[in-house]
Amino acid sequence: MTALADAPTTVRCTYRDAVREAIREAMQRDPRVFLMGEDVGMYGGCFAVSRGLLDEFGPERIRDTPLSESAFVGAGIGAAVAGMRPIVEIMTVNFSLLALDQIMNNAATLLHMSGGQFAVPVVIRMTTGAGRQLAAQHSHSLEGWYAHIPGITVLAPATLEDARGMLWTALEDPDPVLVFENGALYNMEGELATDAGPVDIATARVRRGGTDVSLITYGGMLPRTLEAAEALAAEGVSAEVVDLRVLRPLDDATIIGSVVKTHRAVVVDEGWRSGSLSAEVSARITEQAFWDLDAPVARVCSAEVPMPYAKHLEEAALPQVPSILAAAREVLGG
Amino acid sequence: MPSLGADMDAGTIVEWRVGPGDTVKRGDIVAVVATDKADIDVEVFESGVVEELLVPVGIKVPVGTPLARLGTLARAGATAAPVTVAAAAAPAGHPAAPPPAAPVVAVGATHSPLVRRLADRMHVDVTHLAGTGPGGAVTRTDVERAGARHRASPRARRLAREAGVDLGALTGSGPGGAVVGADVLAARPPSPPATGAPDRTASMRQAIARQMARSAREIPHYHLAVDVDMSAATAWLTAANEQRTVAERLLPAALLLKATALAAAAVPGFNGWCEDETYRPADGVHLATIVSLRGGGLVAPVIHDAAALSVDEVMAALRDLVQRARSGHLRAGDVSGASLTVTNLGDLGVDSVHGVIHPPQVALVGFGRAADRPWVVDGAVVARAVVTVTLAADHRVSDGMQGARFLDAVARHLQRPEGC
Repeated sequence: MTALADAPTTVRCTYRDAVREAIREAMQRDPRVFLMGEDVGMYGGCFAVSRGLLDEFGPERIRDTPLSESAFVGAGIGAAVAGMRPIVEIMTVNFSLLALDQIMNNAATLLHMSGGQFAVPVVIRMTTGAGRQLAAQHSHSLEGWYAHIPGITVLAPATLEDARGMLWTALEDPDPVLVFENGALYNMEGELATDAGPVDIATARVRRGGTDVSLITYGGMLPRTLEAAEALAAEGVSAEVVDLRVLRPLDDATIIGSVVKTHRAVVVDEGWRSGSLSAEVSARITEQAFWDLDAPVARVCSAEVPMPYAKHLEEAALPQVPSILAAAREVLGG
Repeated sequence: MPSLGADMDAGTIVEWRVGPGDTVKRGDIVAVVATDKADIDVEVFESGVVEELLVPVGIKVPVGTPLARLGTLARAGATAAPVTVAAAAAPAGHPAAPPPAAPVVAVGATHSPLVRRLADRMHVDVTHLAGTGPGGAVTRTDVERAGARHRASPRARRLAREAGVDLGALTGSGPGGAVVGADVLAARPPSPPATGAPDRTASMRQAIARQMARSAREIPHYHLAVDVDMSAATAWLTAANEQRTVAERLLPAALLLKATALAAAAVPGFNGWCEDETYRPADGVHLATIVSLRGGGLVAPVIHDAAALSVDEVMAALRDLVQRARSGHLRAGDVSGASLTVTNLGDLGVDSVHGVIHPPQVALVGFGRAADRPWVVDGAVVARAVVTVTLAADHRVSDGMQGARFLDAVARHLQRPEGC
C-alpha cells in the first residue's frame, strides 16, 4: 500500500468549502482571529460559507452583527488597530458602500494619518458579481472601485487554491486587505490538495499558456475565459489566460510579460467599462507595451446598465464566452 | 527588377528615392538596387505618378518582378494606365530576360456614393485606385484595402523601423487589414542589416565564382597575343592633350578602348553573345571595362556603342563610369548589355593578360603595361613603349585566323590614332 501513500492526495470540494477551510485554519492557528458580519453565526452565512463555525468556535469568535455595515466594519478596524486579526464579512459589495467611509477614510489612511503608529491588519471579505438573478442591488462588481484606493490590498480569488490560501496571507499582512469572492464561484467544484495552504497575494498568474493573444481577467470571469481559450484552441488560436488575482497593486510584470509575448490583449472584466479596472489594465498595457502591440487592446465588460433581474437579460448584460471569442477574433484580425 | 547584367538573377532594393504620390519623369533615379556586385541606381522610363511601391527595402526579388506601380495620367481626368517600373534599359539585342509585361488595370473609372463616402472617411484617394469591380469600378473592398495599407500596429512600426522595412508596401493580416508584427517579420530580409552594410564582398565573390566557373565549363577558350608599338599613340595623345584642359585630358585607356571597339565593329565574331550554342552578334559595340573597387571585388560598367563615339566621348564616358562605380552610383543601363569586355591590368605592372571570357560574351581583350622595350625599327634596335594586347576568344564562335585579324585591327588603330 506504499503506492497509495505516495499518490498525491486531493479532496473534492467547492469554492465555498475552500473559503470555510481557510477561515477554520486561521481561527485554529491564531487566537486573535475572529469572524463577524451579518448572519455569519446562527444562519451560517448568507452564502453558507460559515456554516458550522459557530458550533466549532462559539459566539465570541463567530459574531453576528446588526445590519449596519458602517458600524461593524468600523468595529473591525478598531479591533485590528487594538491588536486583533478580524475577518469582517460584508454580504455583498453593494452593501459595502455603507462602509465605504470606514474603509476609505479609516482603514486605508490610519497608518498614514498616525505617522506610522497604527497599522490596520483587518481582512474584509465580501461577495461580488452577478449571474444568480439577485437583481440590481446585489449583483454588481465594484471591486474596481476599491482597487482605486491606495493603502489597501484588493484580492480576487478565482480558484479553489486561492480561495483556500489567500486568507491566511491576508491576515498576516499588517495592512487592510479586501477579499472579493464572486458569488457565481461558490458552487464551483474541483480537486484541492489536502495539504493546500497559504499562497502569495502579490502576483498575477498565467492560468493557461499561449502565444497569440492574452486574455486578461480575474474572479468570476476566469472560468468562462478559460472556456473561451479552449474554444479558440479549436480554431487554432493559442490564447494565454492571465488571472490577475491581485487587483491592487496590479502585477504589471506578469501582465506586460504576457502581452509582450502575444502582442494582443483582451481584458475580460465583469465590471462596467467606463472608469473601470479593465480601463486601468488597458492603460498600463498601452503605457508599457505600446511598441509590442499588434492590435488595440480590447475589452469585454458588462453592459452599462443596472444588473437586470430577468435571467435572459442578466445573461445578455454579462460577458459571455461568445463575446470573449468575438473580441479575441477581432484583435487577431479575423 | 531590372536585369543589371547577364548573370543577375535577383536584386535587392536598398533604397527607394520616391514614394507613393511622387511625380516622376523619365530618367529620374527612383531606387537603388543592390546586386551581388554593386549598388546601382535604377531609372524610371516613364513619366507619371508613383502609386505604390510593390517591393519593400531589403527584400530580394527575382529579375522581372514589378517594383512599383506608376500611374501615367495621359490627359487630365482621363483614366490612368499603370505601368510597371522596369528600368532595364537593355540595348537592342541584349540577351537578358524580356522586360516584365506591365499589368493593365483600369484605374478609378467609376465609384458609387458609398465608395466615395468610405474613401472620404478613410482618407483614400479614389481617383488613384485600381478598381476590381465590374468595368473597373472601385469597390468598397478596394477602398478598405487601400485604407488599411496605411494602418500598422505599433509593434509593426517598431519592427519595420528596426529592420528597415517599408510598411507601405506590406499587405496587412491584422485587424481591418492592418500590418502587424508578423507581416513585418515575414517581409524582413533573412539577415537583418544589424551590422550596417551587408557583406557585399562575399556575395560578389560568389557571383564572380559562379560566372567564371561557368565560363571555364562552357567556353572553349583560345588565346592570342600581339605586341604593339605605342609611340605613335603616345605622341598623338601628348599632342592632343596640349590643347585640352586638365579635366578634358585623354588617358591611354580611352584610345585602347576606342581601338578595340573599332576592331570589334570591323571583324565579326567577337562582339555579341553565345547562348545555347548559338551566336548572336550585337548591334553596336557595348564595351564593358573592368573597374576594381576599393575594398575588393570588381564591376564592369559599359560604354554603349563605343565604336560610334569619339575618343573624347569615350574618355568622358569612362571617367563618369569609373567615378560612379567607385562611389556606388551606377545605374541600370551602366552595367547591362555588354557585348565585349576589356581588361587593363597595365597599371598593376602586368605584361600580358590571358583573360577568362565573361559569359555569354564571346571574347575578352586584355592590355598589359606600356613598357619601354627593345624594338626593331628599320633594322635597328631602339627603345619603344610597347603594349601586349591579348585576346581570349570563344572557339565555338571564332577561329584563330579571325582572332589574328581582330588583334591586327586593334594594333593598326593604335598605330594610326588619328583615325580613331
